[in-house]
Amino acid sequence: MEIVIHIVTVLVVLFCVLNVAAGLIWVERRLLALWQDRYGPNRVGPLGLMQVAADTIKLFFKEDWIPPFADKPVFVLAPAIVMLTVLMSFTVLPFAPGMQVSDLNIGLLFVLAMSSLGVYSVVLGGWSSDNKYSLMGGLRAAAQMLSYEVFMGLSLMGVVLLTGSFSLTSIVEAQRKIWFVIPQFLGFVLFLIAGAAEMRRLPFDIPEAESELVAGYHSEYSGMKFGMFFVGEYVGVVLISSLITILFFGGWHGPVLPPIVWFLIKVFAFIAFFILLRAGLPRPRFDQLMSWGWKIMLPLALANLLVTGAIVLAVRGSG
Amino acid sequence: MISIIRTLWQILLHSFRPRVTIQYPEEKPALAPRYRGRIILSRDPDGGERCVACYLCAVACPVDCIALQATEDSTGRRRPEFFRINFSRCIFCGLCEEACPTYAIQLTPDFEICEYDRQKLVYEKEDLTISGPGKYPGYNFWRVAGVKIGGKDKGQAEREEPPVDLNSLMP
Repeated sequence: MEIVIHIVTVLVVLFCVLNVAAGLIWVERRLLALWQDRYGPNRVGPLGLMQVAADTIKLFFKEDWIPPFADKPVFVLAPAIVMLTVLMSFTVLPFAPGMQVSDLNIGLLFVLAMSSLGVYSVVLGGWSSDNKYSLMGGLRAAAQMLSYEVFMGLSLMGVVLLTGSFSLTSIVEAQRKIWFVIPQFLGFVLFLIAGAAEMRRLPFDIPEAESELVAGYHSEYSGMKFGMFFVGEYVGVVLISSLITILFFGGWHGPVLPPIVWFLIKVFAFIAFFILLRAGLPRPRFDQLMSWGWKIMLPLALANLLVTGAIVLAVRGSG
Repeated sequence: MISIIRTLWQILLHSFRPRVTIQYPEEKPALAPRYRGRIILSRDPDGGERCVACYLCAVACPVDCIALQATEDSTGRRRPEFFRINFSRCIFCGLCEEACPTYAIQLTPDFEICEYDRQKLVYEKEDLTISGPGKYPGYNFWRVAGVKIGGKDKGQAEREEPPVDLNSLMP
């Protein structure tokens, strides 16, 4: 019986996450259109909702072309890795009390590890395409994601220090009185920026920068392989939004409404915020991105960690 | 940092702006009267066709989409035997309208001329000619230019000035 419940939870989470991610394509296009005084897709089905289905059908019927000069196995594997790593992160996220695939005691570390592994998909995709633009994209992705990962992890350590646990459920429970966004505001801002960079979202989409690199690391991809990169990005947005909600905005906590509704409201607020970032901000230059990461964000994250650690030590005592 | 937040706030305020998109098939755009769309051949206020088959439009056309053949009737009046515009080549530049000495060829604010069959985009004189004078209601080329009639040349009728001699510099 236990196993059946587990399997059902896994399937429900997988189904919901993938559908939400696919639906985000529509949400993003509509929101971007709203902020640019347009309508966006509104022809296919009610409010254009079936646009996603139409796009998916189109992607499935596209020629699934592998360039003859590509490194075939790696080329095929790369888009699978992005989906795999991002979806694996969802196993440890607590959506509501009891609604969680697995409550790892190192949940946060697991998420960070999976997002690090996500780099491989981009790098391998860029490398195996054997195309100079793809390679440039992969190279940029590697540099960007490695440098932003450093302070992404460090910015979360303040939360871990306050909670005293890596388990995401404990972190949510610790926010019953006060959301961590208040004591850890700097950590929140740093994680927001690092999260956007880690998911290669605009304005940090430098690896695919279509104005410079054709489509960056996925220039050579077509059909559903491209679709996997595409959906992977949206799943990543859901992941980062859920993480921000869980780590800084009290997860499912909230008055009156049931926990899962609160969780979804918060997550969608952050998804909308990420789309707003895309609508509003231009793409920085690559060297600017790197120097911000190492010269501003990393020292700030370290300072945040030190101060939080000192305060926690002073309050709780050395015992 | 402040500028980034200001930018985001400004963009967020766009949620409350009206949208500029015109939902085309349901909602028609308001086109200017001089919009350059489908080409027509207009008629005199009296109902006669204005075109004198001077070929100026065909010469002016940068994509050579106008084809016509001049012919003369018994009174020596020139008119096109056929007049053909290939709208699959036409770029709606309006140069034919500017070249026309008789205001016969005119562009109209109608752009809905799509066809599934490319051949149907070749319009003949019957398809092009409309019943009215188009943009220049009172204008009749022959009343302004004068006409030769039996025995009398231009300007020789009563209360009529002789036509301007184009080769003279005198006022």
